[in-house]
Amino acid sequence: MTDTAEETGVVVRNQTSQPRHLISTLLRSLRQYTKASLLAPAYVCVESILEIAIPTVMAALIDYGVSAQSMPNIVKFGLILFACSLLSLFSGFMSGKYAAIASSGFAKNLRNDLFDKVQSFSFTNIDRFSTGSIITRLTTDVTNLQNAYQMIIRIGVRAPIMVIVAWLFSFRISHSISMIFLFVIPILGFGLIGLSVWVHPIFEKIFHTYDNLNNVVEENVQGIRVVKSYNREEFEDKKFGRISMSIYRAFCRAEHILSFTVPLLNFCIYAVLLLISWMGAQQIVASGNNAAHGLTTGDLTALVTYTLQILMAMNMISMIVVMIIISQASAERIYQVLVEESTVCNPEHPRMTVVDGSVHFDHVSFRYSDSSEKPVLDDINLDIASGQTIGIVGGTGSAKSSLVQLIARLYDVSEGSLKVGGFDVRDYDLEVLRDQVSMVLQKNILFSGTIADNLRWGNPHASDEEIRHACALAEADSFIQEFPNKYNTYIEQGGSNVSGGQRQRLCIARALLKKPKILILDDSTSAVDTKTDQLIRRAFREEIPSTTKIIISQRVASVEEADMIVVMDSGRILNCGNHKQLLETCEEYRSIYVSQTRNQDQEEE
Amino acid sequence: MSKRNVPSQTKGLQAMQKATPGTTKRLFSYIFEYKWQVAVIVICIIVSAASQAAAALFLQTLIDQYILPLVGVTNPDWKPLIIMLTVMCCLYLVGTFASWLWSWLVVKVEQGTLKNIRDHMFAHQQLLPIRYFDSNGHGDTMSLYTNDTDTLRQAISQSFPQMFSSIVSALAALAAMLWLSIPFSLFTLVFTAVLIVIVRRIVTRSGMYFVKQQHAIGQVNSFVEEAVNGQKVVKVFNHEEATAQDFYRRNEELFEASSKANTYGNITMPVVGNMGYMLYIILAILGGIAGILGWNDFGLAGSGPLTLGAIIALLTLSRSFINPIGQVSMQFNMVMMALAGASRIFAMMDEPIESNDGSVQLVCVEVDSDGHTMHEVDHETGHWAWKRAADDDGTRSLAAAAKLKGAARQVALKAKEEAITSADGRYTLVQGDVRFTDVTFGYNPSKPVLHDITWFAKPGQKMALVGATGAGKTTITNLINRFYDIQEGQILYDGIDVKNINKPDLRRSLGIVLQDVNLFTGTVLDNIRYGRLNATDEDCIAAAKLTNADSFIRMLPKGYQTVLERDGSGLSQGQRQLISIARAAVADPPAMILDEATSSIDTRTEEVVQKGMDNLMKGRTTFVIAHRLSTVRNADVIMVLDHGRIIERGNHEELIAQKGEYYQLYTGSLELE
Repeated sequence: MTDTAEETGVVVRNQTSQPRHLISTLLRSLRQYTKASLLAPAYVCVESILEIAIPTVMAALIDYGVSAQSMPNIVKFGLILFACSLLSLFSGFMSGKYAAIASSGFAKNLRNDLFDKVQSFSFTNIDRFSTGSIITRLTTDVTNLQNAYQMIIRIGVRAPIMVIVAWLFSFRISHSISMIFLFVIPILGFGLIGLSVWVHPIFEKIFHTYDNLNNVVEENVQGIRVVKSYNREEFEDKKFGRISMSIYRAFCRAEHILSFTVPLLNFCIYAVLLLISWMGAQQIVASGNNAAHGLTTGDLTALVTYTLQILMAMNMISMIVVMIIISQASAERIYQVLVEESTVCNPEHPRMTVVDGSVHFDHVSFRYSDSSEKPVLDDINLDIASGQTIGIVGGTGSAKSSLVQLIARLYDVSEGSLKVGGFDVRDYDLEVLRDQVSMVLQKNILFSGTIADNLRWGNPHASDEEIRHACALAEADSFIQEFPNKYNTYIEQGGSNVSGGQRQRLCIARALLKKPKILILDDSTSAVDTKTDQLIRRAFREEIPSTTKIIISQRVASVEEADMIVVMDSGRILNCGNHKQLLETCEEYRSIYVSQTRNQDQEEE
Repeated sequence: MSKRNVPSQTKGLQAMQKATPGTTKRLFSYIFEYKWQVAVIVICIIVSAASQAAAALFLQTLIDQYILPLVGVTNPDWKPLIIMLTVMCCLYLVGTFASWLWSWLVVKVEQGTLKNIRDHMFAHQQLLPIRYFDSNGHGDTMSLYTNDTDTLRQAISQSFPQMFSSIVSALAALAAMLWLSIPFSLFTLVFTAVLIVIVRRIVTRSGMYFVKQQHAIGQVNSFVEEAVNGQKVVKVFNHEEATAQDFYRRNEELFEASSKANTYGNITMPVVGNMGYMLYIILAILGGIAGILGWNDFGLAGSGPLTLGAIIALLTLSRSFINPIGQVSMQFNMVMMALAGASRIFAMMDEPIESNDGSVQLVCVEVDSDGHTMHEVDHETGHWAWKRAADDDGTRSLAAAAKLKGAARQVALKAKEEAITSADGRYTLVQGDVRFTDVTFGYNPSKPVLHDITWFAKPGQKMALVGATGAGKTTITNLINRFYDIQEGQILYDGIDVKNINKPDLRRSLGIVLQDVNLFTGTVLDNIRYGRLNATDEDCIAAAKLTNADSFIRMLPKGYQTVLERDGSGLSQGQRQLISIARAAVADPPAMILDEATSSIDTRTEEVVQKGMDNLMKGRTTFVIAHRLSTVRNADVIMVLDHGRIIERGNHEELIAQKGEYYQLYTGSLELE
């Protein structure tokens, strides 16, 4: 079984990426949140130092206040303690706030940067990542990174400071006892981090198995009718049971390993406590519990507090290490998008006007990826004069859509040249070119918003009258008028609340609003009834005679009247000519025609 | 990678819902299936909490009783100290061992509980009616297995033990405080109540923004999805700038919510910690005053003036009391979320399952030359029969039919005549005679989709159902195999009401090929074998050959062993459909339903698929729902449906001659979609 978990990033992940470069690339997105990113750790510093200082003050409160039964001292140290804790509360507030702002802001900027980057991508770039993976990178990966970042600027700063400062305090009290920490810290550190590193691949595997489990559930839910009609309920149960069991086993293994972390930590704490008690006792006895001569009982209490602080901080450090390991993959995936260069970009001195709607393919070959063996389009030669109507027919996989997508430079040709209006498409300013080449795509997409909003994609400044006119041409006005809110009818995500035929007509109207020099319809009237289809084509002929119209269709009837029909088969042009010529010369065309016109014969009977 | 995480972002709103009552009890009934482990865990947690408490209290004893006496002594006797340290060492070892043991044991309890819940949930899901899947989004069902079990995992493995351990520590500390001084304890309790109120307020506030954040994430995600999927349109219309602006706006909203949610989340700890210090200060001052003024004090141990040792002990105890309380209050949200998740899981497990009260079974028979004497056999013969239970005289449907009127009555009564039943009345040969008599049905009972439908299909006929989207074509086929139950009327299958047929047997008798092909992860061969699990490789290949799927399968990189993933995403729509047809062929059912099986395939491929289907349909009663009318031309009977009523019926020639709705559809002057 191939690796589904990695399917998204596997292509690009193998490219070399230097970690330092990675971090600096990511940090470039901090921008206005650099200040918060610095303030948060600063307040964390204050907070952590106070956290070590406060127990010292507490000890003083007991020793000089309560034990000495001195009310002024109680009040004095109480006030100090109160001030400390207020300051600590304040720093806690501030560090929490700035850390939240810094990490959320960082995530926001990353998302914006990623989005901008993706917008600049050509479809070759997008295909390389796959849309699903791009969505994951923009969402889940950024959220992972946000959490990791917040943890790093808070706890990642706090824990080491705690360890260092607490150790310095302990060193000040007793050189020899502080050496115990130098001995225990690495043991604990290696132990905790070692456990995490050991367990990490198991968790990776678990997540992978989890994907399988989700996959089974998803397939089951989606195919529930198949499951039920074949009575495969028990079969599915067993399939699920197997994966469920393997998750159980893997999780048990991983968590059994992790179950050593708490005992390890406890063990270290207890061991240090006992060692400190023993050494402390000897030193106290040696000094006669006199601060001037050496260790006192108060010092011993403080040392115990430092022990707890140091070792707990070590635990936090190990958590951070795990967090960094986990988020590393996300960081890399984000980085890959950020450093990806768009393969389609503007030339240095772009041409700003498209003279006419002529299209000229000169020995054009095209492949989606440089590594693919067989070209999708192979040595295409085609001349389309401005204002002509061109039909393209051919079976699925004959690369009709790929051919027309080259015209709007959604992809760049791999070999040969493609000229629009007499100049290579790569010489034009992208925006200028795409303004003049209007495409109605096979996958008709409307966006959530009103009908008018959707139509104005074609021309943001279109007047209501222009919009109505375009809709009338596309035979859409009549059904829009039937909606209660007419042009203000809200379209749900994906346009799910209009029928397929209506969606197609709206998309045509949207393309018409651009008043392009070249209009491309990629199988965009398949759900429209034949009569409406005919009306739309007539409108094209009469209303936009000078626009070059390229029509891809499954229906021969839709292209029958074209000036030229191109028959395509697996990436090559099989034949060109008008309807009559093709019927005589092209076997393929004739067979498509015959298979579709049996209807009419029947009708005449 | 995304599957695991994506639902969590849309589920945020629900995550904060309150759990239904009884959830905790039910959850614990799962947990208590591991009785002795839970018992040992509870004991171990108490032991390890005790050893932690001992560690905290040990120092003072050590100093006062074992170190200070040695100070100034010329020849100190270290023995008591060594003994004490050894005792403590043993206690610590026990504590460490206990903490390890419960961490180790809890894994099995937690994972076992989750596995049981998960398995029960999935098994229950298999029994739910189609209606459930219609009304519950796939994403929501998925998230039961992902987010909800995940929060549950964290709760069982971390929050529950931690809360328990914290509560034990807190109670131990409280008991010790009560022992020393009731007034001080009461004061601490009041202070704790204030602390809990404040923390709860922060946690609730943070939860509120958390929900907002999840909502905003959902918004951003769906926008990204829309924009990335629709990027060709964005580019074709030079709409990059406007789309980006729209995105920035949503992203800014997410930032607002996220930074607030995290701010509140981040300040909980400092608040809990520093409130603890406040308590300490107040107690120290009060204790100091009490000590100096020699206030009387009473505890469970008795009353008397407050001693210095007691004050110091109370101060230490207040720390060991307030810290776990803070931890408990911070865990609270986690537990609430887990319980809410659990109650969603249990709600699904409480959904009523598909009813199956039919007793008529499908069996293989050999038919004698007289045509109606049948012998039940345990191997495939090409003949099936409906077998009634011993107490079933086979007159139930007839009795129901007698109550009908008009055409429906005729159709129903005719069914009995057409049926070939053995002399003893227990066996009826399966022929695929399907009749609807006065059937009324609506997915929502108050909005019928089908009104008083009466029609029949003769055995071996190819029946075509045509009509615009929403006319009720698919609904009809969904009723025959009882994906849904009708509200009124009767559906007779070889003269037997489908309600009286055992559901698995009913479905076994009906092969089904749907427009939306669903393949499962596994090899091509596995997918074909899904139709009949005991089919040999040869059977599967034969089925593929029969249905024209063989040739393309052989072209796949590993032929029949090619692994399909994500619903066969590497294959074309036509190829996927061919596999699903082969799957139906290997099941070899007496009757077939083909629901828009070729609608998303281009005309050339359709011919191949069509041939495969034609081979499959030979000799079987077949119901064809077609999108392209060219595929139904050779049907024996074509029924044109409009808004749940049959408006035309006849064969192709008859209907064309009629120049009605069918004629219009056929000539393309009516939109099908």
